[in-house]
Amino acid sequence: MTTTATNPVPARSRPLVDGAAAASRVLAKLRHDPAGIALTLAAPVMLVLVFGYIFGSAIAVPGSGDYREFLVPGLFVTIAFNLIPAMIAMARDSGRGVVDRFRSMPISRVAVPFGQAAATALYGLGCLLLMAACGLLVGWRIRTGIGPALGALGLLVAFQFAATWIGMFLGLVIRNEEAAGQLSVLVLPVGMLSNVFVPTAGMPAWLRTIADWNPVSAVTAAVRELCGNPTAPTNGAWPLEHPVLASLLWTALLLAVFVPLCTARYARPRD
Amino acid sequence: MTVAVVAEGLVRAYGPVRALDGLDLVVPRGSVCAVLGPNGAGKTTAIRVLATLTVPDAGRATVLGHDVVRDAALVRGSIGLAGQHAAVDDDLTGRENLEILGRMHHLGRREARRRAGELLDRFDLADAGDRLVKTWSGGMRRRLDLIASVVVAPPVLFLDEPTTGLDPRSRTEIWTTVRELVGAGTTVLLTTQYLEEADRLADDIVIIDGGKAVATGSPDVLKNSIGVRVDVLVETSGELAAAAAALAAYTGGDPEVDAAGLRISAPVVGTAVSVPGVVRTLDAAGVAVLDAGIRRPTLDEVFLHLVRPRHEEAAA
Repeated sequence: MTTTATNPVPARSRPLVDGAAAASRVLAKLRHDPAGIALTLAAPVMLVLVFGYIFGSAIAVPGSGDYREFLVPGLFVTIAFNLIPAMIAMARDSGRGVVDRFRSMPISRVAVPFGQAAATALYGLGCLLLMAACGLLVGWRIRTGIGPALGALGLLVAFQFAATWIGMFLGLVIRNEEAAGQLSVLVLPVGMLSNVFVPTAGMPAWLRTIADWNPVSAVTAAVRELCGNPTAPTNGAWPLEHPVLASLLWTALLLAVFVPLCTARYARPRD
Repeated sequence: MTVAVVAEGLVRAYGPVRALDGLDLVVPRGSVCAVLGPNGAGKTTAIRVLATLTVPDAGRATVLGHDVVRDAALVRGSIGLAGQHAAVDDDLTGRENLEILGRMHHLGRREARRRAGELLDRFDLADAGDRLVKTWSGGMRRRLDLIASVVVAPPVLFLDEPTTGLDPRSRTEIWTTVRELVGAGTTVLLTTQYLEEADRLADDIVIIDGGKAVATGSPDVLKNSIGVRVDVLVETSGELAAAAAALAAYTGGDPEVDAAGLRISAPVVGTAVSVPGVVRTLDAAGVAVLDAGIRRPTLDEVFLHLVRPRHEEAAA
């Protein structure tokens, strides 16, 4: 049978081309949604203003630090951990048959989620930079140097990349845009159960253990340390005593778990 | 006959439900095959198996000689798929949708752009091409979805209920598009629950029910398979009973009576009939006939004949 003659598509896979196309799909959608971008950017700005000035007037940070300088690194991490857009986008693609179409095409099945995660991380980087500018306006400062600050940024981008994979995996499991939207309410407390807004020292012991071992706490502590911002007591918890190493380990662990889970789920023939 | 798609004894169960229960079908290359069946007959599952999205529990299927399980990557290089929902991105323009798919098919940026423009022009969507798809009508979206499946002109195209839920005009437009594609030599396997659609588009029809084929053939063969029918129109409702009895005796079939329309329709079973014969028979029964005719059954009647009895059996 002369299948090769009638088959215009080379069977070999070209992951980079596929990934780039998938990434440009995500970025093209963003370009058409300036209102969505404005909203995504406005949320962290609001957080800085609301928490910085309302909580900041009442909460004292141990060690005579400024609350807003304590808070801003935590808000960076809250934004980096925002896996909701990735979850909703993947749930929508999955529910509407876009994923099925891609899966019926001769393209690399790993490259498509990778491209989407990369594009999401790129967008996240833009959000982080804008938020850093807002932080500088309300009194947050980098007290170390450009090297550690870039280290903090790298850590945040890596953490966000990992969180995106969690979001995409959840979206593939849920496969329904509305349900994913409703589930996003449950993601919020994960950010609250940490040292982002208040030091964990005052929490009940069981809650403190959870908060101390929350990856969000480790990354927050790492960013504070790298930028020379006020830090909270570590309560002797290992991740808070070695926040940079703990953040790297957490990021690696999340990627090691969710990249294979997500790609397998994306690629596997299902119902 | 060169064969494009073959399925042999496909079985796929979801828990206790056997969506496919030994489905066989053969689609010759360059032809249009319509898989016709009621809701839940297994149409979508059949398409999903053939498009490598679902692995069958038993049986085998090939597309252009490639096994859909073992050589899934080769199958994917030969097919286009348009599913039941318009799987296009609402948040992108029509042009961007096609361009991105072209790039995923490794056409290269420039060629993908050229191809997108060409398709939009050819299928009369150029005017809307640069608007976001969410502003398009349902019919336009489905057409875009159909076009999106032929960005690289695959030799085999699977369409899962391409016109379900569309208004008659949009449906006609989809049909025109499908015919153009077939004119270019593409093999099309489409599922539908509309008999008219199968009648208009298909060279061959496979009627499936309960996950397997219950009849296969061209629309003509299927219509002839259950014989011709005799239709009569009587003057008053008082004559219906007598007319039905006389027709039953004459045709050997069980007549259907439409009391409001004063019409009776009876299938002809194992006998020869003629219009004068019908008139004489009814005249002898004392019935005044306004109109009488012999016709082939519609595809609807073939479908109901083949599909309904099974459900009545199941219900009994």
